Amino acid sequence: MTATAEAGGADGRPAPGPRRRAAALLHRRPRLRLSLLLTAPLAWLVVVYLGALAAIFLTAFWSTDVFTGEVVRQFTLANFQTLVDEPVYRTVALRSLGVAVAVTVIDTAIGFPMALYMAKVAKPKYRPYLMIAILAPLWAAYLVKAYAWRVMLSQGGLLDEVLKPFGLSSPGYGLPATVLVLSYLWLPYMILPVYTGLERLPDSLLDASGDLGARPVRTFRSVVLPLVYPSLVAGSIFTFSLSLGDYITVKIVGGRSQLLGNVVYDNIGAANNLPFAAAVATIPVVVMLGYLAAARRTGALREL
Amino acid sequence: MFSVMPASAVRIRDLRKTFGSVEAVAGVDLDIGDGEFFSMLGPSGSGKTTVLRLIAGFERPTGGTIELGGRDVTGLAPFDRDVNTVFQDYALFPHLDVLRNVEYGLKVRRVPKGKRRERALAALHSVRLDGMEARRPGELSGGQRQRVALARALVNEPKVLLLDEPLGALDLKLREEMQVELKSIQRRAGITFVFVTHDQEEALTLSDRVAVLDRGRIQQVGTPAEVYERPATEFVAGFVGTSNRIGDVCVRPEKIHVHTEGGPQGGQGGGEGLTGTGDREALGTVAEVVYAGAVTRFVIDLESGDRVVALQQNLRTSSMDVLGHRGARVRISWHETHEFHVSGTGPAPAPAS
Repeated sequence: MTATAEAGGADGRPAPGPRRRAAALLHRRPRLRLSLLLTAPLAWLVVVYLGALAAIFLTAFWSTDVFTGEVVRQFTLANFQTLVDEPVYRTVALRSLGVAVAVTVIDTAIGFPMALYMAKVAKPKYRPYLMIAILAPLWAAYLVKAYAWRVMLSQGGLLDEVLKPFGLSSPGYGLPATVLVLSYLWLPYMILPVYTGLERLPDSLLDASGDLGARPVRTFRSVVLPLVYPSLVAGSIFTFSLSLGDYITVKIVGGRSQLLGNVVYDNIGAANNLPFAAAVATIPVVVMLGYLAAARRTGALREL
Repeated sequence: MFSVMPASAVRIRDLRKTFGSVEAVAGVDLDIGDGEFFSMLGPSGSGKTTVLRLIAGFERPTGGTIELGGRDVTGLAPFDRDVNTVFQDYALFPHLDVLRNVEYGLKVRRVPKGKRRERALAALHSVRLDGMEARRPGELSGGQRQRVALARALVNEPKVLLLDEPLGALDLKLREEMQVELKSIQRRAGITFVFVTHDQEEALTLSDRVAVLDRGRIQQVGTPAEVYERPATEFVAGFVGTSNRIGDVCVRPEKIHVHTEGGPQGGQGGGEGLTGTGDREALGTVAEVVYAGAVTRFVIDLESGDRVVALQQNLRTSSMDVLGHRGARVRISWHETHEFHVSGTGPAPAPAS
């Protein structure tokens, strides 16, 4: 007792040090704890992420001085007026939308059966290897993959060789090639969420449906699809938004076709018209907001 | 004993199922009568659930045949079999409300809408879930989900209802209630129930007949009384209740009277020193006394070296009285009609039915 008495308080325990006192304070004040924990990430989100978006949106209402090339910080709707008046921009916007929709449809059609096979048919011990096979392309650089496709799609390239026996040829460079390569690039982003959704679906539900008299097609329509629907929406948000913003693939395999991303890129670079680039960049943002709102209405976002 | 056994609802011959190198079901023969409440009892890994899944059609047997109502269904898919299953985890469809869950089987079989609704509501009424039609499974308690699962299966009026440990996830009180309810539903509906459980008390309480399984084989089939009073193998004796080996015979704990110095401990049968014909007795020391409310459990080391467990009703005793007996010398007695012999270790394949 004498040994501990020197360091001890009234109850014989050692007096708490400053770190202990701070920990105790945080324990008593959950709100303080929460604010300390969230301040840094929230600051990042607000300043860097939302701030950048706000800056783009604001810039879109400015203009460029024709002679000096300087940005004129004065409110004007001229950029948006151009977007509406010039038919070429409407064409580019609709083309981008079409590409994004096509990529999403193709990835759903290919990705769903693959995810289904991985989650419900393949033996569990093979699943990690299948998962690696799906993820492996993500480890290669984007440009490498796009250029690999450029080589394959070229005249007399691999695709021509493979398709020749069937009397077909490579689609060459253009929009179909762009859709093809984008579908390839974003496929893992569709498979992963759908796989997760299917894996969470208990096998007993499938057994129960069969037990109650449903054939496989009926089970798929009435049980699997409604329960995996949120995951499909999640995957489609990836494939859709990634395709909508892409400008590199189309530059490499798209021939002369232009998408929204190219218009933005050219206006930042060659044309040096930052405000107009910002105005064009708001189009995919608005489209995505509309897409998310539609997804929300179906209740799919609640379960993400 | 098997008084009413007309056509068999389920007839299984030499059923086998192997998973890789594991033989989950190793040659099972069974005849389950029409309208019977039949239980398959065994520890986990005994193959009881696999047999059930084979009857339902979720698994393909490696060998053997399954007949339902005289028709060979061995190669048929689940949706072509006239059985329904109540799953251990209930397997309710989370995206459908209670009514749509119950209607599912009827809808798939294209029963007209009006008729469908009527039957579903009647099924929900029979499991006392009126007014719950619009709830989602996630909004129900465990007991309620269990009833929805039951209604969803019963509404299809199957010839055989398969139940895979349906009460396992419920707490004791609810389980006892549901046991009574299951029994009365089975009696009213006249459907054959095949019930899988690892709870021997549940099997004995509910069943007309019980099959005890171990390592993919049936050890014994019989009425609860037969299985309990005359276990065919050592495994059955040990798994269905506790058995005491005294010399070369076995006696159940509740059949043993403990005579302490102060008089018979709740044993109202044979009085002190009374040894009629067929009475057996032995001397020993109380190693442990456990007071368990309704009964007291004595663990007694006999002079012969055997250790026995004896259960005594706490008719006039309380915890104060019994705990003092630890270490006391006692005399135990039992009647020879309560002795049974088990055939060593050999898991002799019991004859079917």
